[in-house]
Amino acid sequence: MAEPAVNNTKQITDEGIVRGASKLTPEKIERVINSVLKAETGARLKTYVDICVHCGLCSEACHFYLSHDNDPRFSPAGKVKQTIWEILNRKGKVDAEFIKRAAEIASTECNLCRRCAMYCPFGIDIAYLLITMRRICHKLGVTPQYIQDTAHSHSATINQMWVKDDEWIDSLMWQEDEARGEIPNLRIPLEKEGAEIYYSVIGPEPKFRAQLIYQAAVIMNASGVDWTMPATPGWDNSDMCMFTGDFEMMARLKKIHFESAARLKVKKIVMGECGHAFRSVYDVGNRALGWKMPPIPVVHSIEFFYELIRDGKIKIAKKYEKPVTFNDPCNMVRGRGLHEMGRFVTNATCEKLIEMHPNREHNYCCSAGGGVINCGPPYKKTRVDGNRIKAEQLFAAKARGAKTIIAPCHNCHGGLEDIVHHYGLDMDIKFLGDIIYETMEKPE
Amino acid sequence: MHDIYNFVSGTLVWVSFILFTGGCVYRFVSMAALAKKKDPVIYEYMSLRYALRSIFHWIIPFGSENMKMHPVFTIVTFAFHICLIFVPLFLFAHIILIKESWNISWWFLSDSIADVMTLIVVGSCIYFLVRRITQPEVKFLTSISDYLILAVVAAPFITGFWTYHQFPGHKFVGIIHILSGEIMLVAIPFTRLSHMIFFAFTRGYMGSEFGAIRHAKDW
Amino acid sequence: MNIINNWDWNTGRRMIADIGEWKTRYQWVEEPYVSPDGEKIAAVIKPPDDEVFTICENGAPWESTFDKVWYPRFSPDGKLTALVSEAGEWTLAIDGQTPEEKFEFAWDTRFGADGRNIIYIAQRERKYFAVINNAPWETGFPSLTGLAVSTDGDRAAAAVQTVPFKEAEIFKFQEGCYSVAVDGTAWGRNFVNVWDVVFSPDGKRTAAGIRTSLYDYTVAVDGVPWEKSFASVWEPQFCPSDNSVTAPVRSAGSWFLAKDGKILWDRKFVQLWQHIYSPDGKKIAAIVAPTFGRWTVAVDGNPWQITFGEMVTDAVFSPDGKRVACLGKENEKWTVIVDGSRWDTYDMAWQPVFSPNGKNVAAKVEKNGRYTIVVNGRPLKDEFAATWDPVFSPDSDKILIKAIETGNNENKYFRRVIPLGAVTK
Repeated sequence: MAEPAVNNTKQITDEGIVRGASKLTPEKIERVINSVLKAETGARLKTYVDICVHCGLCSEACHFYLSHDNDPRFSPAGKVKQTIWEILNRKGKVDAEFIKRAAEIASTECNLCRRCAMYCPFGIDIAYLLITMRRICHKLGVTPQYIQDTAHSHSATINQMWVKDDEWIDSLMWQEDEARGEIPNLRIPLEKEGAEIYYSVIGPEPKFRAQLIYQAAVIMNASGVDWTMPATPGWDNSDMCMFTGDFEMMARLKKIHFESAARLKVKKIVMGECGHAFRSVYDVGNRALGWKMPPIPVVHSIEFFYELIRDGKIKIAKKYEKPVTFNDPCNMVRGRGLHEMGRFVTNATCEKLIEMHPNREHNYCCSAGGGVINCGPPYKKTRVDGNRIKAEQLFAAKARGAKTIIAPCHNCHGGLEDIVHHYGLDMDIKFLGDIIYETMEKPE
Repeated sequence: MHDIYNFVSGTLVWVSFILFTGGCVYRFVSMAALAKKKDPVIYEYMSLRYALRSIFHWIIPFGSENMKMHPVFTIVTFAFHICLIFVPLFLFAHIILIKESWNISWWFLSDSIADVMTLIVVGSCIYFLVRRITQPEVKFLTSISDYLILAVVAAPFITGFWTYHQFPGHKFVGIIHILSGEIMLVAIPFTRLSHMIFFAFTRGYMGSEFGAIRHAKDW
Repeated sequence: MNIINNWDWNTGRRMIADIGEWKTRYQWVEEPYVSPDGEKIAAVIKPPDDEVFTICENGAPWESTFDKVWYPRFSPDGKLTALVSEAGEWTLAIDGQTPEEKFEFAWDTRFGADGRNIIYIAQRERKYFAVINNAPWETGFPSLTGLAVSTDGDRAAAAVQTVPFKEAEIFKFQEGCYSVAVDGTAWGRNFVNVWDVVFSPDGKRTAAGIRTSLYDYTVAVDGVPWEKSFASVWEPQFCPSDNSVTAPVRSAGSWFLAKDGKILWDRKFVQLWQHIYSPDGKKIAAIVAPTFGRWTVAVDGNPWQITFGEMVTDAVFSPDGKRVACLGKENEKWTVIVDGSRWDTYDMAWQPVFSPNGKNVAAKVEKNGRYTIVVNGRPLKDEFAATWDPVFSPDSDKILIKAIETGNNENKYFRRVIPLGAVTK
């Protein structure tokens, strides 16, 4: 009567999963699963599993489901059925093949975007169930290779890109030098104790997207705010350990991040346009450490830009001419309700905003977040094929004139770039910082 | 048959009510204690205001985006739940029994309305059954227990309708009616029907997280 | 204490420098730094009509200029250092003089207690090492972080990579590729991760938090891990009075203080970290969360009654070990807490300072963009544009205030010594 829970039609080749699973024994699997379930789960998991009436109403929340012609294996509850339910039903007596597939489902076919939480009538937090599966996989040592490498980087360097302490400082000085070509008195103040704002970024910024640091420095200098950046580990607010299920390491990263800000005696942390990092700093990592809310207020760039423009600290010289559409990032919108502020900034800086549909809290995920893009090349196809619906959503916005996608989130950027390329959308993708930098009045 | 009738309409009623009430209290208290022990953080983030805001949006027909996307399901599920609760509580025949026993009574539905509402429940169950069999995303999630629960819910209404209309064998079916009602009551705290107890809390918790912490809608 | 005895403790107020005047002279004056004795103030400056930088100290610029200058810091004995670069090569300039030894990068300047030893980290040809008094370690490592320096600054240690691995070699990483290097020599045993290297007070031993697998955390002392492992561990500390090592450890979802691998305090916490010893080694205080979202200090395992929702930090023992002070934050306001009693609230507060006799506590605070010093809960009458941590005199009768003033004295830096009676009466 019921469909088979595991479908092994696809060959799993990821080294982290294959080699990790090769070390498993049935006894180890059972012991680890039950120890995680017993020690770390409780009323939430039990209630969610007990009350789910298997109605399937969460299905259409998921871009993977919609993009795979409503294949039920990709529905949120369908993914739970193939992972956590099965584990509970079999009391942990599952084999390594099951774990391999479960690891793939939880780590690469779900972005933990929490859209389904808004579609389940009971408010079941399906992302929580799948992160619990990732946690079990972490404890079993079966995590996709590339994201595991990122988690290792976090543990060794406290940033996700193996950036060494001197490379970080050097990148900031390099960007400062570059920006002085444009604004001679520009400064990126390092280690300035007592500054108002601590500006934090994610590892890929110094590594691949250094121009974002440049632009942030221009915006900070033009708006005249008192800011600083740390010259020590802690500067990277990102957190792939949150997504591999290595919660102990997640806690360590957030501790070091907040301690570096506390040491510099700042009033608040402003962070670059990253979504998952906000989630980690704002309502996941802090909780793992015992902080109900972040000990130092964390302001995402969307909100920061909103305040700068609202207060007249940044003036727009000439609006961005091409019609734009705005991609609401999960962690900024379902995670922090910044959608109207994002639109305020967009309208202040762009001639025309063409909404994509659905939008705001109901926007589709980019399919890159939740650590999926960090699972690397082996899963690029998974996430691009898994988000045809995003391409359709963008094509519709394009048909109504949108030429540029504003995506105020790193993962959205990476994900949308691949979608735009793969589906031949031919649209530009910009951060809000790109647009502000391009349109603002700059100091001499 | 008379003895059986007396047993199911006497002792078993008490047993089922005790199991239902006690079961609900037990499930609620034990879950609250488990939450206190294992997920204490839940209590820190529960916000009455945002819990109610979320519950409100989800108990109003078409109050959520998902309900708008599934108008037939929405209408069926609301009609189903309303009839499911109203018919047993406000059925004339039930109230008469209670009045005979304890001399208390309350407002009741006319028999014809109750009849229609019963058919709505039965019809809804058929709709849910067909949906389970035909919709791939539902079928994929379905296990035998889902059909059993559907049967447990439909049985008291089918048998009640049968008994009221005195179809052949209605005396025997009447006993089955009482028995099936009792089974359903007892099933509530111990099966997926426990969403009756926990709906407000799971919905309220999600509403609190979305509303108070994340400043976003969850409907 | 010797250094402090030699400072000018005569009551009075002296202007040291007029930063406003510097600003008329230079294109650019960065935020100033003050020597511990308050006699000197310095800032990175950009001389007129030139694309170079240097340091201005008490109004006099260094003779040498550089492509880049950053991290100006005074040693405890008043030497002025800054990290400088010329033609892409970095070194540490001390009082304007640069050594021969140059590196591809240099950072994280540290000092021994008396200022005799100056230490930093440097990189050359992708090898990383510590540099003590311009002498780099003989061995460099492919990566190095978390510099630790012994109290007198004679020795340096850090977490280093000892086994090379390529990108995405996750299973090799998990075999253990990191260790602790002390004065350039690795412990000889590798771990998956190494964090929070610390020296014993006598500088003879080192300890660090380690991970021996992705899941097993413990403390290693001189390279030897504790027998028991835990779900996580925070920075270890050596006891000043015996050979033991303590560290916060996580077990069964709670945090405990462990000593030499065994649970020390018979009480669990939602969080426990940043533990400190009294100078005599007899007491331990730690920042703890007794319940989720509430923070305080526990002394020998007993938490204070007062708790804070946002943060508790910067705990410090009095020199006699009898008192503990720290900072607490609630509703975005900071306060100083001494032995469980709180002061007024401020927009920001700095680590409290005890007088040598332990009777008085002072702290730098900020409210509405103005700074002052609060002594035993009473603020000075004056407000400053900037100030630095106060220092009590050796006899605990006076307090040294270093501040840039406001109003008529805007941008002027003054050093003043005032009798404590003038503040606390």
